[in-house]
Amino acid sequence: MDLFEHQGKEFFAQYGMPVSAGEATFSVDEAVAAAERLGTPVMVKAQVHTGGRGKAGGVKFAADIDAVREHAGNILGLDINGHIVQRLWIEKASDIAEEYYASFTLDRSAKKHLGMLSKEGGVEIETVAEENPDAIAKIWVDPVDGLDEEVTRAWVAAANLPEAAVEGTVDILQKLYTAYTEGDADLVEINPLILTPEGNVHVLDAKVTLDGNSEYRHEDYAQYDETQPRDEREEAAHAKGLQYVGLEGSVGVIANGAGLAMSTVDVVNQVGGSPANFLDIGGGANADVMAGALEVINNDPAVKSIFINIFGGITRGEEVANGIIEAMNRVAIDSPIVIRLDGTNADEGRAILAPNLDDKLMMEETMLDAARKAVELAS
Amino acid sequence: MSIFVDENTKVIYQGLTGSQGSYYGRLNAEYGTQVVAGTHPKKAGSDVDGVPIYANVGDAVAATGATASCIFIPAPGVRGAVMEAAEGGVEFIVAITEGVPAHDEAFFYNDLKRSFPKVRLLGPNCPGIISPGKCNIGITAGHIAKEGGPVGIVSRSGTLTYQALYELKQKDIGVTTCVGIGGDPVPGTSFIDCLEAFEADPDTKAVMMIGEIGGSAEEEAADFIKNHMTKPVASYIAGVTAPPGKKMGHAGAIVSGGKGTAAAKMEALEDAGVKVGQNPTEAGELMAEIVANL
Repeated sequence: MDLFEHQGKEFFAQYGMPVSAGEATFSVDEAVAAAERLGTPVMVKAQVHTGGRGKAGGVKFAADIDAVREHAGNILGLDINGHIVQRLWIEKASDIAEEYYASFTLDRSAKKHLGMLSKEGGVEIETVAEENPDAIAKIWVDPVDGLDEEVTRAWVAAANLPEAAVEGTVDILQKLYTAYTEGDADLVEINPLILTPEGNVHVLDAKVTLDGNSEYRHEDYAQYDETQPRDEREEAAHAKGLQYVGLEGSVGVIANGAGLAMSTVDVVNQVGGSPANFLDIGGGANADVMAGALEVINNDPAVKSIFINIFGGITRGEEVANGIIEAMNRVAIDSPIVIRLDGTNADEGRAILAPNLDDKLMMEETMLDAARKAVELAS
Repeated sequence: MSIFVDENTKVIYQGLTGSQGSYYGRLNAEYGTQVVAGTHPKKAGSDVDGVPIYANVGDAVAATGATASCIFIPAPGVRGAVMEAAEGGVEFIVAITEGVPAHDEAFFYNDLKRSFPKVRLLGPNCPGIISPGKCNIGITAGHIAKEGGPVGIVSRSGTLTYQALYELKQKDIGVTTCVGIGGDPVPGTSFIDCLEAFEADPDTKAVMMIGEIGGSAEEEAADFIKNHMTKPVASYIAGVTAPPGKKMGHAGAIVSGGKGTAAAKMEALEDAGVKVGQNPTEAGELMAEIVANL
């Protein structure tokens, strides 16, 4: 789950990290009222789940209330990499002497936590990594050991931060690690971490991705789940507990298992079609799940045909077949369906489907043939 | 021969008293797996289908001589269950459970490496392991696999593991062992662990490897194949056309920041001499060609 910047800062603040006072707002009037309460100058910052906000004109300095009104009006509704700005973060402006970068994430190769610290902050870390890799000080933290102060201090020294920034940075990095581990984050990133002219180290931006699998032990994470960017189709699928990703094409895809669903999307593309979605109905393919999946796909106006690709492992073919037929009785499906059913008891399942086959429900022997048929019907 | 498990493997099921555990425990036993015990802290002395329940893995090992454990308990308890299994004395732990937080996985992976370096963990979030005709631990339907050899399978995805077994069975090709390593960010057993074991197994003559987008495990495997493997490998990578930034079901399956793409993985594998299919069927055909020329 990706957090908005302001949610990330609230998350960091819970762990005692210094962030600027601010308010999340949804209209120009709210933005102005927030700026009046905070006192100008303020920053007006677009809250979107994508990078490159500054370049797109989504982050502006406002010296006075008139400027807040102007910038808020311009930024709300702005399209940044396909994300429409609907919320703004109004934050007390900070004076900046220097900009650094700090983050923790899981290094899947090393199977340890990777901390990165650089005195070249404020730009994309990928750019720094390419142009000046020596400017990034990295440490790998064994989760069993954790990150103690001594190691943190050596790490900060390796990053060559100026003396004035050392104490504040050590303190923030230790808290950042605690937020990362206790908060079950996939990523915590501060860019920039700033040194103010007064010598304070301060968190000026926050990028946080939380592990959805940890929601059971963080009751407050439901609020973040609600603000995930989902289109209408994804929202409907999410409400039904389906693993759905919206795509741009016209062939609706239903498969069991994430790997097979991904593979189905691939095969549809390979035979010249274009999938409308990725949808994994999981191991069991009972009538309820199948009906829900068909409903979500049926409501997508772009869908012209539906490809159901099931490999019965433990799930038996006849259960799948009965599920499909029952689901079709419950939901009126507009587009023709092509089924490929293989694996456990596939013959029994095909026998159940056979008398129901017509120009709205077709069956093919293999994944490739079914994909070709579905693509042909969609064009 | 087979790798990791065979007909002599005695297995404890942590969570045998639950609905998933009892269902798959029964299926595994029917397949011929030595299902010797279950565990539950409050149900010691009872049984499930005649399989005795002990309070913990240590007691179950002492009573049965089990060497493996299969975990079917809900995600919040997996970290404790993995360490209980290692402390209890088993050598091989299969964690089927999905939805385990990544920080838990990173923690017990490193804790095991340090405190129990000889213990192998498979999973979490995996379909398990099957040495056809000998032992089936997990949720794979046993009858879709043909016994014998000469092919070993290692896969990151559940249903594509079944697809791979099935493609080979359709072509009358047997499998020594099929290992589902799971799609999570910190799998206990890696592609390389399995490739190494298959390379050492005299009955495995060729390996089928099913990968997917995200991370760099396939690239690392390609490097290993190039430098350390003499046996031929066929492969398929799922998610060739997955859009960047969209998580495709598995926690690990995401293309982000231009990394983890299928194209890069396929290129690395081809560079290592691996035959890479564009879809599971093609990968199966490539493997059939390899087997025909062995």
